[in-house]
Amino acid sequence: MRIAIASGKGGTGKTTVTVSLSLAIQELTKKPVTILDCDVEEPNAHIFLSLPKKQLETATIQSCSFDTETCTGCGRCSDACRFNAIAVVKKKPIFFSDMCHGCGGCILACPENAITGTQREIGTVISGDVQENPSIDLHYGLLNVGEIMAPPLIESVLAKEHTDSITIIDSPPGTSCPMVQAVRTSDYVILVTEPTAFGLNDLKIAVETVRLLQIPFSVIINREGIGDDRVHRFCQQENIEILTEIPQSRNVAILYSKGQTAWKKEQDFTKAVQKAGTLLVERFHL
Amino acid sequence: MRIAFCVQNDKGVDSTIDSRFGRSPGFLVYDTDDESTTYFTNAQNLSAPQGAGIQSAQTIAAQNVQAVVAHNCGPKAYQVLLQAGIEVYMSQDTIVKEAVQKFKNGELEKAASSNVPGHW
Repeated sequence: MRIAIASGKGGTGKTTVTVSLSLAIQELTKKPVTILDCDVEEPNAHIFLSLPKKQLETATIQSCSFDTETCTGCGRCSDACRFNAIAVVKKKPIFFSDMCHGCGGCILACPENAITGTQREIGTVISGDVQENPSIDLHYGLLNVGEIMAPPLIESVLAKEHTDSITIIDSPPGTSCPMVQAVRTSDYVILVTEPTAFGLNDLKIAVETVRLLQIPFSVIINREGIGDDRVHRFCQQENIEILTEIPQSRNVAILYSKGQTAWKKEQDFTKAVQKAGTLLVERFHL
Repeated sequence: MRIAFCVQNDKGVDSTIDSRFGRSPGFLVYDTDDESTTYFTNAQNLSAPQGAGIQSAQTIAAQNVQAVVAHNCGPKAYQVLLQAGIEVYMSQDTIVKEAVQKFKNGELEKAASSNVPGHW
């Protein structure tokens, strides 16, 4: 079972929910839980769950290398590259590796077989068992600074899933390629939102995305008590289940600022997460 | 000598210079020998998801020009122009003929590197 925690808006509490819900589900089921932090541009689940022993693995994507002896400078590689990563001037190719998406189109287009596939490092996948609960293992991707190719690194993090475990995915915010990559193979999606105008606006976009992906989903409203009731009204109109509501709390924010989860430390918070965990465990026979 | 300008429209030497290199609507090539101008569209690059500067530089390089006059030039476009042996001159003029005059008077400075970062 693969559950993705996503949101439209950033900062609504995806990681807060991922961490606490994983702890809740592990406690309720006594089964191993795997957290995959796919927000590779700024992973943060490891701030709230410590990994005493970390394993590091380099993630790469396909890139290309040009044999300038064989190359005739015909320019077909440049025509084929839809990412504009290759220019051919004075019959010589110039390759911008940071623009390359690793599709291999240029390799196919070259009539002289002058281009070969190589590997380019884009980031690191970091893995370990969680100190606070050794039945939980956490894996997260760390994209190299300046690198734009998040989706292949997300794929490397997703590959860390193991079949005997319940998987919880911390998705990147937004609804663009990285979010879709993290969410598309999930069995279920939880959209975390907050009852504000921004929360509602981005929730609508996220709902549209998840519906296009045809994945069943529900909503968790975080910081309930601020803003207004428009998120509730939207969910009612659209017939979207609100799995739980986590009340606004200064103490939760203080714990968060110290890199600590409010799970089992703040009663109302814990109760709200427990409710969501219980519903999921019962519904999906976790 | 043939000089390329990034332009917003095709009005010969009265064309308006565009401040962008990769995504300027077109290029005007001015020939100092006969004072003629030729316009090339850059429409194919306006909606490029990335790398517009690289492709613009390649388009210009294919027009057998010796110099480019632009408001700005990013690092990747500059690298392509450098390999093509095309000199880059910076000018903040708004009309092609003003920049041409300064070029002829030797008042334009040759750029030794790009003047703006990528995605400027």
